[in-house]
Amino acid sequence: MVQEQAPQKLGIQFEDLQQQNESYIVGMWTFLVTEIMFFGAVFATYLVYRVANQEAFWEAHRHLSIPLGFFNTCVLLTSSLTMALTVHYAQRGLRKQQLLWLFVTMALAMTFLVVKGFEYHHKFVEGLVPGPNFRFEPAEYFRVAQLFFSLYFAMTGLHALHVAIGVLVMGVLAILIAIRHPSVQDFIPVELVGLYWHFVDIVWIFLFPLLYLIPR
Amino acid sequence: MSDEQHSHVHIVPIRVYLLVYVALLVLLVLTVGAAYLPGHHTTLNNIIALTIAIVKAVLVVLYFMHVRYSTRLTWLWASAGFFWLVIMFILTLGDYFTRHWVPVQGWE
Amino acid sequence: MSMTVARPGEVRHNYLNAGDTVLSWLLTTDHKRIAILYLVSVTFFFMVGGLLAALIRLELLTPQGDLMTSENYNRVFTMHGVVMIFLFLIPAIPAVLGNFLVPLMVGARDLAFPRLNLASWYLYMAGGLIATWAMVRGGVDTGWTFYPPYSSSYSTSQVTLTIIGAFIIGFSSIATGINFIVTVHKMRAPGLTWFRLPLFIWAHYATSVIIVLGTPVVAITLLLVVVERVFRLGIFDPALGGDPILFQHLFWFYSHPAVYIMILPAMGVISEVVACFSRKRVFGYHFVAFSSIAIAVIGFLVWGHHMFTTGQSVYAGMAFSLLSFLVAVPSAVKVFNWTATMYKGTIDLRAPMLYVMGFLGLFVIGGLTGLFLASLATDIHLQDTYFVVAHFHYIMVGGTIFGYLAGLHFWWPKMTGRMYPEGIAKLAALIIFAGFNLTFLPQFVLGFLGMPRRYHWYPEEWQMLHVMSSAGAALLGLGYILPMFYLLWSLRNGALAGPNPWGATGLEWKTDSPPITHNFEETPIVTEEPYAYDNHHQHEEVASGTGTGTTETRDSV
Repeated sequence: MVQEQAPQKLGIQFEDLQQQNESYIVGMWTFLVTEIMFFGAVFATYLVYRVANQEAFWEAHRHLSIPLGFFNTCVLLTSSLTMALTVHYAQRGLRKQQLLWLFVTMALAMTFLVVKGFEYHHKFVEGLVPGPNFRFEPAEYFRVAQLFFSLYFAMTGLHALHVAIGVLVMGVLAILIAIRHPSVQDFIPVELVGLYWHFVDIVWIFLFPLLYLIPR
Repeated sequence: MSDEQHSHVHIVPIRVYLLVYVALLVLLVLTVGAAYLPGHHTTLNNIIALTIAIVKAVLVVLYFMHVRYSTRLTWLWASAGFFWLVIMFILTLGDYFTRHWVPVQGWE
Repeated sequence: MSMTVARPGEVRHNYLNAGDTVLSWLLTTDHKRIAILYLVSVTFFFMVGGLLAALIRLELLTPQGDLMTSENYNRVFTMHGVVMIFLFLIPAIPAVLGNFLVPLMVGARDLAFPRLNLASWYLYMAGGLIATWAMVRGGVDTGWTFYPPYSSSYSTSQVTLTIIGAFIIGFSSIATGINFIVTVHKMRAPGLTWFRLPLFIWAHYATSVIIVLGTPVVAITLLLVVVERVFRLGIFDPALGGDPILFQHLFWFYSHPAVYIMILPAMGVISEVVACFSRKRVFGYHFVAFSSIAIAVIGFLVWGHHMFTTGQSVYAGMAFSLLSFLVAVPSAVKVFNWTATMYKGTIDLRAPMLYVMGFLGLFVIGGLTGLFLASLATDIHLQDTYFVVAHFHYIMVGGTIFGYLAGLHFWWPKMTGRMYPEGIAKLAALIIFAGFNLTFLPQFVLGFLGMPRRYHWYPEEWQMLHVMSSAGAALLGLGYILPMFYLLWSLRNGALAGPNPWGATGLEWKTDSPPITHNFEETPIVTEEPYAYDNHHQHEEVASGTGTGTTETRDSV
């Protein structure tokens, strides 16, 4: 498909654009591999405990709100779509559309964080934050429930941190695009941020069923 | 070095993105629906939920992340992480699943 | 291509004199300058780790723990481990020699991401400073393994700060790994196919794969320990509902492959040096290349052999034991091939070659004793004894440090444009070899007799062996100090090296010494196989080392 495309600059260490573009894409993917392993270790931790404590995890997970989780999943999936659109317009060199969809993506990301904040607040009020004030009924599941909520906060916290970093990076990107900075003249920076953002989305795609939809 | 140049990049049409997005939402509804299936189907439910999650992840990787249109090298690195993750899961869980094959006194 | 011979007195344009302000070094994106930054910093941390080792050996001279309290002894050996592993052994060869040589060897102007490369040095320094700060504030006493629940719930030392330091250093090595992977994939000169790559590049590629796949796992695991320690979220502490063995799984998932992060680059150095000073192709090039990849892959499947004496399932133990034996195969392939390379070669016993021969012997001892530990039954007896300590020092010191010193001497003329003094360098190599064996051979015996690691009180009948070990450590220390002096001395007084003082093959020898800022006047084109020593008749032309060192190299492409 032939569409108008934005011009690019070539770095001193590269021979041609093909080489440069693929280097950045493969470099980003290699970084995402480290991210996969990073989250993977926490997922492994979760799986080990979940396999051993299916019943108690079910009991504990009932304190999570499925509607809020569902809503947040929709928000993140939509933000992935808008990010893909941002990249699409960046590739075509259309600055205004690119900025528009980038702002929509940021707004969705912040919506996610706000909802997550409400959920955390709710857990705090209910006394479901692990530590001396942790309370759980029935008492036989107290220890495992505390473990579940430790994992819940570790996993969603780590994910929320990645969302927050994503918002920051997108903000910087938006400013650079707005002032027509030469480093964002081509689409590669947007594409790289896009890859990161879709990865954050994928992590949530797994977190949602694992934490919110535990079968009995 | 050199001035502005043009390279050949595959630009994915918006229609494809929208289709993938709709598929993702449908799968999301399916996975929530499966969780409300009546009766006790722990293993079945787990398998359904994880399969749907994997399908969703693959859709995102292939289309939103453009791996479908990328070189073999990108394919290689995009799959390496997931492959290694499986190694880690199998060997770690392998320990936990076989721990009780040999009964140890006072270690129930 | 530049084939000009450097004449004494003539100042040529190169990466070292491209700028002489402090900022021109601190803000450089030239991979060669970053390598020098790393060289200075890892040397500093090596000295810190060495001083801590000296304290350990001084304490162990007597059976009574009389030099320091048990608490302080715990801190000293822990910090020795942390500094040596995270701040010296892991970055030493990749970040110094690798940074300098990978772009040169693949015929590129720089690494794929020069700014990321500089960032990696800053991350390293930040992590190093935090770890140093933790040391100044009292250090850490958990052992370098940070096992919970002790590290997360009981230790009163600077666990959090040290782990944050290690976490940041982890990202520095991830940055280096990503850079190498992309550079090897995408930046190779025209004609430089995978099977024309120097084995040094294969080794660094395999190392980078391990770094990228393993480091994040230990990073998050250590972070979880900090979270458990600071916020009391229960993840590994059994009192909070967790399983401490799970920590060991995740920790060793990285930390066993980390051993290969340390040894694989050294193996890459050995391949280069052994071919050059035997004047022969590396025997079985493909086998050596693929054995690096095999080590990287199988190395990820063996971590459970660190946990035979824990509550790990016996079946998992059997699988891990079997796989551990399997990883010995590619390692052995390498050793046999290097030996075969030397067979009927024209061997030139320069200082780097002495280190190579030392490496071969010590690596075989270290590797074979590893098999004792991979066997389920013998490991029960040897676990956590000095046998283990001796085993991994044979791999890490006898392997990594010997490889590092071999490479540093071999490429010193390329990095600085000056020859090191050959005579004293050979003497230093011999002292290090003798001192090393005197230090660690007795520890095998001690371990077999039952001396546990991490203790500073021991029965009197073992004092003789400990004294031998401490005497060896003193000799080893002397051996390490010598290169620091004569290499610095050679910066001003060494003979000028010329582009190719060893008559070696490889693209790095086809540019000036020291190289120009973007490495090559024009992008080289490769038309021949690696290590084409038998095609050339170069050995008559090898510089005399202490002489003028100027060499006319053949006009090859």
